[in-house]
Amino acid sequence: MLLQIDGLTKAYGPVAVLRGVSLTLAHGQSLALTGESGSGKSTLMHLVGALDTPDDGSIMLDGVEITGMDDAARAALRRDKIGLVFQQFNLIPSLSVAQNIGFQARLARRHDPARDAMLAQRLGLSDLMSRYPEELSGGQQQRVAIARALAHAPALILADEPTGNLDEATGDAVLDLLLELVTSTGAALMMVTHSTRLAARLDRRLHLSRGQLAPLGSG
Amino acid sequence: MVYTALSTLFSHWRRHPGQLAMLVLGLALATALWSGVQAINTEARAAYADAAATLGQDRLDRLVRADGRPVPLADYIALRRAGYLVSPVISGELRAGDGRLRLLGIDPLTAPPEANTPTLQGEDFNLAAFFTAPGLLLMTGATAAGPLPPDLPPIRTTERFPPGAALTDIGTAARLLGQSDPSYLLIWLEQPAHLPPLSTATSLQRIAPEQRADPAQLTESFHLNLTAFGLLAFAVGLFIVHAAIGLAFEQRRATIRTLRALGLPLRSLLTAFGLELAVLSLFAGLVGLILGYAIAAALMPGVAGTLRGLYGADLPGTLSFDPIWALAALAMTLAGAALAGAQAMGRTARLPILAPALPQAWHQASTRQMRRQAGVAVALLSLSGTFALWGDSLILGFGAVACLFLGAALLLPITLSTLLQLAQRGARGPLGEWLLADTRQQLPGLSLALMALLLALSANIGVSTMVGSFRATFVGWLDQRLVAELYVTAQTEAEAARLMAYLTPRTEAVLPVVWADTTLAGRPGAVYGQADHPTFRDHWPLIAAMPDAWDRLATGDGVLINEQLARFAGLSPGARLTITPGVTLPILGIYSDYGNPEAQAIITLDRFAATFPDIAPTRFALRVAPAATAALASALRDDFGLPADAVINQTQIKRFSLEIFEQTFLITGALNLLTLGVAGFALLTGLLTLADMRLPQLAPVWALGITRARLARFELIRSLILATLTFVLALPVGLALAWMLLAVINVQAFGWRLPMQVFPADAGQLLALALVAACVAAALPALRLARISPSRLLKVFAHEA
Repeated sequence: MLLQIDGLTKAYGPVAVLRGVSLTLAHGQSLALTGESGSGKSTLMHLVGALDTPDDGSIMLDGVEITGMDDAARAALRRDKIGLVFQQFNLIPSLSVAQNIGFQARLARRHDPARDAMLAQRLGLSDLMSRYPEELSGGQQQRVAIARALAHAPALILADEPTGNLDEATGDAVLDLLLELVTSTGAALMMVTHSTRLAARLDRRLHLSRGQLAPLGSG
Repeated sequence: MVYTALSTLFSHWRRHPGQLAMLVLGLALATALWSGVQAINTEARAAYADAAATLGQDRLDRLVRADGRPVPLADYIALRRAGYLVSPVISGELRAGDGRLRLLGIDPLTAPPEANTPTLQGEDFNLAAFFTAPGLLLMTGATAAGPLPPDLPPIRTTERFPPGAALTDIGTAARLLGQSDPSYLLIWLEQPAHLPPLSTATSLQRIAPEQRADPAQLTESFHLNLTAFGLLAFAVGLFIVHAAIGLAFEQRRATIRTLRALGLPLRSLLTAFGLELAVLSLFAGLVGLILGYAIAAALMPGVAGTLRGLYGADLPGTLSFDPIWALAALAMTLAGAALAGAQAMGRTARLPILAPALPQAWHQASTRQMRRQAGVAVALLSLSGTFALWGDSLILGFGAVACLFLGAALLLPITLSTLLQLAQRGARGPLGEWLLADTRQQLPGLSLALMALLLALSANIGVSTMVGSFRATFVGWLDQRLVAELYVTAQTEAEAARLMAYLTPRTEAVLPVVWADTTLAGRPGAVYGQADHPTFRDHWPLIAAMPDAWDRLATGDGVLINEQLARFAGLSPGARLTITPGVTLPILGIYSDYGNPEAQAIITLDRFAATFPDIAPTRFALRVAPAATAALASALRDDFGLPADAVINQTQIKRFSLEIFEQTFLITGALNLLTLGVAGFALLTGLLTLADMRLPQLAPVWALGITRARLARFELIRSLILATLTFVLALPVGLALAWMLLAVINVQAFGWRLPMQVFPADAGQLLALALVAACVAAALPALRLARISPSRLLKVFAHEA
């Protein structure tokens, strides 16, 4: 099992955001996470991505417990094993598209220019490599963020509404690529989405409501 | 409506107290340094005015002896008997230990009404006590409180009298100073109509007020220098204010749109904006005034010492409060804040109600803007060069410095950007690339602070190079000029004759030092008689000379003049100079004469004796084997009976001269350091301003696997890179400034030019200081970043809890 979450809780002050969340995700598997605004989807993604620490519970990634890790170990984990796609793209504005795509792979010392080129070609970015983020449209920026998250061949891809800024056709193409890479590399994908159509294309679907998980359709 | 807008605008500061503190501190610091310098200038000018008005010195002519010695009493009596209205004055200095007092002894019965001695009037004034023993001294309270010589007559305090000076009856002054003859005679403005012109009745020299050395005139360039420094510090402070106001505008952009959308007229909004700025400026100005007064009070004793040492101008060592100074400083603060806020107000006026805001647009300077700015910079630098090379006035000299500073500051962002771009190409590793690219991207936001740092560093390099060059030249010049091992002074001409006889067998050479005060090329000056001796031929520092100048001087057919006289009168070797009516000689050479504000000329001893037959030397420079110097000095005191202060060795004079020198530049050093401090603060405020706005740029890097501590280290490194690059760019600007100070401003202000020397060790120290300032400025934002909670970073990514 790549990811094993057990009894995860998190509160911000008096507001309990996650209340005993447990789930598992195997290598090569994809999971859609849905839920209304404020249900705790992003918080769960941040905890799994070692960006934040839970109040209680356990997160095992590739057999390693990550909740007790110190700052440096969590940073190393993010660098090496996780690919993050944020809703707001969060590209590095001072770096070009090419530099943004290869940035995390170079941090992880797994930079492969051929893989960068393949991703750029598949995501329609080949002609934009020397541009800077501010010169791109929202959809183009989102594709760069996806390429960056995939360039270092992470074990776990966490994507927060990765197709939210894309038109339907491009969104489908991006999801095709994500799923193809998950299948071919044995990585796992955990994706937050509001689209039931896109969620239906993933292996599993879970719904988060008031800090607790349920299979999609159960409320 | 305006009130509603104003209270809405003020609500911003309640939520951002740190930003408010930055704005107030920036403005207060700018005001403090400016008003501090102005307080010193005001005090000094008031002191000069008092000194000038004392005994009508600013209006009344005087009669003096050409050789500067006291006027024989008989000459005075003869003039009075002939009916001329003249009044005797005995002037001199009493010294004992630390106590020092300048005495002005007047004869109240014959003093001209314009002599302006109101202190002798008043119902409670006991005129009899003034005339009769033991006499009465009138002086200010501050002078009375200072160290005074012992055994003085009773003291009565009065207002508005020069510091360190006392007015007394001529009889009392004669007794205290041991001088019976008047130092000079004051001439009444109105003389009896029937008398022939005074010049036909006496051989004494008539000196008009404008011919006398005026401390206000002599020190003008010093005060101009202070003013320039104050303005520089003020400008650096305004950079901080501009950054704070710009940030506040950006953060309130949405509020401004909302207010406009809700129906607030633009005029009301701008009025509210102006009122807000005025209230804040007034508050900051008051804080600055208090700080400025404290700075001025702390620097005042140093300035007083400097002006006394350099120009002999007497200043009180303490500061008085002048309401006009305070109002002027507040007006300057308001004007400065208006200038700094003008851009934000302009943007407010042009802000469309519905257009979406460009994030962080205020610090996204476009390449086109940078290029336009660079074009203006090149034009300003060209103008600076033109002023420096072809300008011929002090104002143009300062214009050259101002254009240099402004041009260099405007050129800084594009130069730094280009350098960082070049460095980026050679960077290895993703983090190195990111650091340089990110540093380049921060430039627009930091450029104002970096400009301030550039100005402070350039000023520091320029002024320290100037002072260092001055010091090295001055020390070398002292070594050349003060070659003789001992200098002795006789009390009388008879004692001088005995001294010559005593010294001749005991020394290698006895070189008389003799001079006459006179007018050279229409300027007060002195002619010196000098022996033909290798001491002078081998060491005297000539900066321009005709061939065989020394040989021709030895024949008596020529004169050497100092650089000041040469520059002032436009004289060069080969021209002719009248040293006294009827005696005109060719100029054989020009020598450097640092620290002397007056014109000076040198002729041979024989020519001197022929020209000024009444003046015999009483001072001598002695050439002695160095090993025998101490023994001879002791013998002169113990065996010959000269007073201790009549025998001075070369080391003492050099030490005294260097002390005066160091004192002169004490205040410059202090202001230099303060300006650098303000620039460091500007950098801190710039970095703090950017810190919050940078989170969206730093959060992704953190998310991709770089720890907060490492990001914080990068913030420090970024500041160090920028400070180092700014320092590298400040070097040529500073050296250009030093050249302008030495070759343009110094020549215009003081009349002499100094060779420029570069001091790499000083530059190294300054670099270290700049790096420390950058580190200190970056430490707080970096520490905050290292300790920032992940939840704050996550807010960049999350829009739901």
